[in-house]
Amino acid sequence: MPWVTRFCASWLIVIVAAAVFADLIPGLADPNYQGFLFGDGATNEGPGLSHFLGTDNNSRDILARIVYGARVSLTVALAAVFMGVVFGGFFGSLVGFVRGKTDSTVMAVVDVILAFPGLVLLLTVVTLLGRRDLVVIATVIGFLSIPPYTRVARANALSISRREFVTAARAIGTKKRTILFREVIPNVLPTLLAYAMVNAAVIILLEGALAFLGLSVEPPTSSWGTMVNASRVDLQINVWPAIWPSLALVFTVYSLNNVGDWLRRLRSVRSAAL
Amino acid sequence: MAGTGKAHLRPGDDVLVTVEDLVVEFPVGRGRTVKAVSGISFDIRSGETLGLVGESGCGKSTSGRAIIQLPRPTSGSVTFRGVDLADLSDEEIRQRRTHIQMIFQDPISSLNPRRTVGDIVAEPLRVWGPSDASEQEAIVDRMLDSVGVDPDTARDKRPHEFSGGQCQRISIARSLVMLTNRGNLHRSRRRSRSSSRSRGRGRGRLLICDEPVSSLDVSVQAQILNLLEDLKAGYGLTMMFIAHDLAVVKNISDRVAVMYLGKLCEVADPDTLYAEAAHPYTDLLLGSVPEPDPTVEIDEGLIEDGELPSPSNPPSGCRFRTRCERVTDLCSSEEPQMRAVGDDHFVACHHPLAAVAG
Amino acid sequence: MPDNVANSPLLEVDDLRTTFTIPTGDVKAVRGVSFTLDRGRTLGIVGESGSGKTVLARSIMRLNLGTNVTTTGTAAFDGNDVLTRSPSEMRQLWGSEMAMVFQDPMTSLNPLVRVQRQVTEHLCRHLNLNRSEARQAAVDLLREVRIPDPDTRLRSFPHELSGGMRQRVCIAVALACEPSLLFADEPTTALDVTVQHQILNLLSREQADREMAMVLVTHDLGVVAGRTDDTMVMYAGTVAEYAPTVSLFADMRHPYSEALMRSIPLTSFPSHTRLAAITGRPPDLIDPPTGCAFSPRCPYVQDHCVNEAPPLVEIDDPAHRLACWTPVGSPEALTAFEKNLAAGLPQAVAVDVSTTWSPTGGVDG
Repeated sequence: MPWVTRFCASWLIVIVAAAVFADLIPGLADPNYQGFLFGDGATNEGPGLSHFLGTDNNSRDILARIVYGARVSLTVALAAVFMGVVFGGFFGSLVGFVRGKTDSTVMAVVDVILAFPGLVLLLTVVTLLGRRDLVVIATVIGFLSIPPYTRVARANALSISRREFVTAARAIGTKKRTILFREVIPNVLPTLLAYAMVNAAVIILLEGALAFLGLSVEPPTSSWGTMVNASRVDLQINVWPAIWPSLALVFTVYSLNNVGDWLRRLRSVRSAAL
Repeated sequence: MAGTGKAHLRPGDDVLVTVEDLVVEFPVGRGRTVKAVSGISFDIRSGETLGLVGESGCGKSTSGRAIIQLPRPTSGSVTFRGVDLADLSDEEIRQRRTHIQMIFQDPISSLNPRRTVGDIVAEPLRVWGPSDASEQEAIVDRMLDSVGVDPDTARDKRPHEFSGGQCQRISIARSLVMLTNRGNLHRSRRRSRSSSRSRGRGRGRLLICDEPVSSLDVSVQAQILNLLEDLKAGYGLTMMFIAHDLAVVKNISDRVAVMYLGKLCEVADPDTLYAEAAHPYTDLLLGSVPEPDPTVEIDEGLIEDGELPSPSNPPSGCRFRTRCERVTDLCSSEEPQMRAVGDDHFVACHHPLAAVAG
Repeated sequence: MPDNVANSPLLEVDDLRTTFTIPTGDVKAVRGVSFTLDRGRTLGIVGESGSGKTVLARSIMRLNLGTNVTTTGTAAFDGNDVLTRSPSEMRQLWGSEMAMVFQDPMTSLNPLVRVQRQVTEHLCRHLNLNRSEARQAAVDLLREVRIPDPDTRLRSFPHELSGGMRQRVCIAVALACEPSLLFADEPTTALDVTVQHQILNLLSREQADREMAMVLVTHDLGVVAGRTDDTMVMYAGTVAEYAPTVSLFADMRHPYSEALMRSIPLTSFPSHTRLAAITGRPPDLIDPPTGCAFSPRCPYVQDHCVNEAPPLVEIDDPAHRLACWTPVGSPEALTAFEKNLAAGLPQAVAVDVSTTWSPTGGVDG
């Protein structure tokens, strides 16, 4: 593994672990503790000993907010990838394998979802439910992510189904559903996962953009996007609250792309050896 | 030439497969179809190897796949052990899969790149039994051994770690596991009594080889051809060997059929066919094969583009007439029928080359 | 093929070596090949996959340019070494002096460009013709390669042509600027046998008419037999045997050439002839054996063969060169074979049971 990719993979592991085990990290501040209200700490502090990355304009510890904010970004990304791979991957592989009317029907539905203005859907759901819940947002984004995965899976399944080992499996008398799960899907999965890595990066950025539009999670929950959004207020006196979450975004997005690329190259080297 | 005409079909109990008036059509978009196979008939006796030879687009691979019903032919009958497969449902055909198997041209593409070799070869046992894991392993090991692949080193490896020749051997092993399997539900009453011994376990079973050596190196081809001969003899298999290489087909076949543009031209035993070809197309094919002998004279005059007519719009009457030197008006108005021109030598041509009734 | 009275050979290759560096190691694809080619003559290079024949042709044509490829040795074309030339210098030669026809006509032509432009592209650049002159030249070329209705065909896209026709177009493209050397790398492997026959005839005729030298690379001994002046048999990146074609086929002295010959089925053999298959597989080129590369598969192998690689030397006839310690038909070979057979060596056993092979060489079966 090239050292850049090693670095990126380590970053991803660190950030995921931090997000998952945030509560267990010793010495990590409470992300919602507004110290200045109690005379404990100041707003807009630069990086220092008590707050490694400084505080934001509500004197909340930036480092803690980044760690807990990772939860939001990564959850949304995970939801998108999970729903995409599981639903998109399954349906795409299915229709790529069986073709016919099922193919046309499913792809028509997928095209509708794809054409649907996602923002409108998000706004509608959020308005109807009256709250901007992480689960709600993650689900909507997840749902909207399914179409691209379906297409990738379908394209792969189409070419795999033509390969002779699938014909051979039919010739052996294997049932079609077994062929789908044992022969087709395992061959679709690697490409899908490589795509998922890159897609995760896009979703994280998307969450950031939504935060800007006020469509991400409600305060005081932090996400990297909301942190950047919130930092606009006092940007002229303190840039750190803008820089740190942006860096976190950049590192994570870059790492996902880099590792995804590496995985893709790895797989194609093996296929090329065929 | 015509595929109609069944003069070359042989009656008798020992005929394993009889194909009659086989037609296979493919859609080519915008509602049109093209006939890859336009009504041919042939048969294969039990224990025989039928060689089906022709150039690209003649429909030979499609014919092989039509027998194995992948895809099911558009019309015509494929009678296997007395039962017309066209009358059966998909499930009933699936039940018969242990009797007809196929090996393909691209050995590496025939194996799932994400599974181990042991897994791949054991697959038929998973579907048809026996279900005992150690018994399965024993069968897989024995089969890999019989095709010349060391089971201990191969079992846990993936296809891309093997060469083309070895992958082909693995494919053959997988087909053999199917063909020697006695665990399927529909057993014929004529099952061989020697089921407890390996000799003859493949009797009454058909192995279709679709260009199995075409993508292999020359030195490996001979290995695989010898292997196929040995396995056929050892297991009492019946074989259909599809190829474009005339010399390879002659070497392995007991009977050879020549196809052109979806029709049959000529059927005979190999030595007769190659020595006394009656059909002008067979003659053209034989004359085009480059002989590894510098003293043999080459017809250097043939440079013209004698290209294949389009299968979607074949010539009327005899399809070969656009490239034939012996063409007459009769050839464009009437499709020639198969008729005998010698002992077990049949040709579909109005003006065959052999100096026999014509 | 006219016997040219030339002062010097058109192409003189000396100890050419090409190595590819890949993640798992260095692939030594060509390991010291030398040969000469006179004007107007045809050289056939025969070998299987991994023999290095294609890499050799591409190395001389300098098509193997990449950061992971190193080629050493010399290849003097018309007296000047091409291996040291830069791509821009090579561009002067490509098409106008040296040209190549490739194996797969499907991928050798740009699917998005009409035939006319693919043929005239060269013409315009090298011969400075204007558009209508180039078009006329293209029509003439297509006619020369016997494509029917060339005027209309110029407007076609490659996918509208059959395989044979596409290959003819490739040949037209290669010959457009009248090169003096043509490399044909497996030009007919992807084609039907009747089309192959036509294309090979076309190449022979073009070569004769233009007094062009040709290197015909193939795996098919039948293809070289009637159509080349000299033949070079390659194995694992080295030359096994190199002789005038007629002499080679009359008397194959290298165990590999002979084994290859005995393992191919011929239409003249009776049905069910047991072929003398070559056991084993070609060697790994990342770590090639120190001795003779063919030794693990050779029925005549001796300890000497495994330890030391045989040099390419002349035997009897000065034009017939061989790299072998135990040439076929020699007394050493015979004794070696008996010994190997007695010891049960698989390669000896495999050929002994066949009907096409005999320990003294020569045709059988």
